[in-house]
Amino acid sequence: MKKHWYDYLWIVSLTYLTLGFFNILFAWLGLLCFFIPLIISIAAGTKGYCNRYCGRGQLFGILGGRFGLSRKKDIPGWMKSKWFRYGFLIFFLIMFCQMLWNTYMVFAGVQDLKQAVTLLWTFRLPWQWAYHGTLLHPGAAQFAFGFYSIMLTSTVLGLATMVCFKPRSWCVYCPMGTMTQLICKAKNR
Amino acid sequence: MDVKMKHKRRAVVDADNCVACGCCVKVCPKDAIKVWKGSMAKVDTETCVGCGKCAQECPASVIEIKAVLS
Repeated sequence: MKKHWYDYLWIVSLTYLTLGFFNILFAWLGLLCFFIPLIISIAAGTKGYCNRYCGRGQLFGILGGRFGLSRKKDIPGWMKSKWFRYGFLIFFLIMFCQMLWNTYMVFAGVQDLKQAVTLLWTFRLPWQWAYHGTLLHPGAAQFAFGFYSIMLTSTVLGLATMVCFKPRSWCVYCPMGTMTQLICKAKNR
Repeated sequence: MDVKMKHKRRAVVDADNCVACGCCVKVCPKDAIKVWKGSMAKVDTETCVGCGKCAQECPASVIEIKAVLS
């Protein structure tokens, strides 16, 4: 099948995850993965981002497919059920708001910057090696740590379900995918 | 006139549970499956040859290869 430029966006995703180990402020770039799918779904009413440009999905596809790191079993029924997908989206949004709240607290000077990445919303990993100060407010760095936590957490979850089920199992419960599909369905009713 | 009815193998999508990720579109050798308005995958039954690649790829496992009357 003919390869397009956008079939190589997995390199961008991999680079993004790597950069976070060297300078956390690169985490800000991850906002693109939030805004582009939303803009495409709102403006065009399609899941063009998932269908073509999602580098994360491509990465899982390559690791699980070509590299054979997937059992390629069916995902359990409950994981593709609406209540789980919508529930995970709501949970994800609540945790996102909590992250924004922590960022606000640092901006407001109430809390100090925590140079840590929180994996799976639970495990706090020291991450000070990737922070070299910022010209901006420490709050901007707090957002970077928080946002990178979300990106790394979703990667870990995606890798786990890639191994257990089909390569792109993450796509089934990906909050961005669920959200853009809801927008598309609402738009095309 | 003798009209021949044949059973042909086709991909059938459980549209209600489809997540519209587009994995099926990428693997279809006949370009016979599309994501319709970001909501669900739709099969062009004329073009589909029922090879099953999409069913194998589908992360939600909502595509089945079924014998349909054509």
